[in-house]
Amino acid sequence: MKFLRMKPGHGEVLIAEGDVDVAADEERLVEEFRRQLDQGLWAAVPSRTPAGRRQAQMVKAFDEIPRDADRVIFFPRAAGGA
Amino acid sequence: MLLAAIAIGVVIVALLWDLLLPPAREAFERFRARRAIVPNTAYDPGRERRAEQRARELLRSCVNDEEWSMYRDLGFIRVWGAMAQAPKRPGVEAQDPRTGAPYAYLVYPHKPIVAYLPQTRELLNEYCVAFPDETRPYGSARLPDSDDVLAKWMALTGDERRLIATANMHLPGRQVDPKQVRRDLWRLSQWERDRLRRAQRPEGSVPAP
Repeated sequence: MKFLRMKPGHGEVLIAEGDVDVAADEERLVEEFRRQLDQGLWAAVPSRTPAGRRQAQMVKAFDEIPRDADRVIFFPRAAGGA
Repeated sequence: MLLAAIAIGVVIVALLWDLLLPPAREAFERFRARRAIVPNTAYDPGRERRAEQRARELLRSCVNDEEWSMYRDLGFIRVWGAMAQAPKRPGVEAQDPRTGAPYAYLVYPHKPIVAYLPQTRELLNEYCVAFPDETRPYGSARLPDSDDVLAKWMALTGDERRLIATANMHLPGRQVDPKQVRRDLWRLSQWERDRLRRAQRPEGSVPAP
């Protein structure tokens, strides 16, 4: 599983990578996930429905990430614009 | 005599001090400013272009083929609304007769999201929303265009209600010109017609001139 973060002037940045079936990796990913959310970012998992439709699942806790997800994208939280 | 000489000396030093101190201080400040390490946050078009290229690849890998082609060809993405009823117009309290009608959003980079009714092409609202990165890694809080579109797409398809609740809602025309939106809707319909025609054409056939 890869954790990607959108950044101004850069595009996405790989911030963590690991195998959720390996305990040490999972622990590291959980820690990184919390760190990103504590910084105020939103997290989404791009997915595909059984009908083939592409969509995203917003996740607020590490447990909500599907085990087979290959990436989680972190992006700045939405704010009402002008 | 000696006392007078000392007094004159003190006066001269005091006058020189007043005259020489400001330029000396200024020169010292200039020297320090020249030596200071300033992070380079100047706008770099090459960096921004590379960032946008990466963002486009990420967007392409997340949305479906139709949405990607739409963005590539038209510069925006249409996202179908998933709530039970179309968003209310500001100031309209009564039950909307359009309740239950399918609605959609046009997602532009760094512009408000525009909600509309595809059947009538009626514009409903503008949702002003931004995704500012306050860490400002290169001096700007603004994501690349395609990342902004992807963030809106993920937030809309993942939790439409939360995004709409976060955004500032306005009547159409506040920031996005309604004429331009109508023209975009017309372009979208032409684009879909062409795409459908191409999909129906048997493989290898060439259209008549």
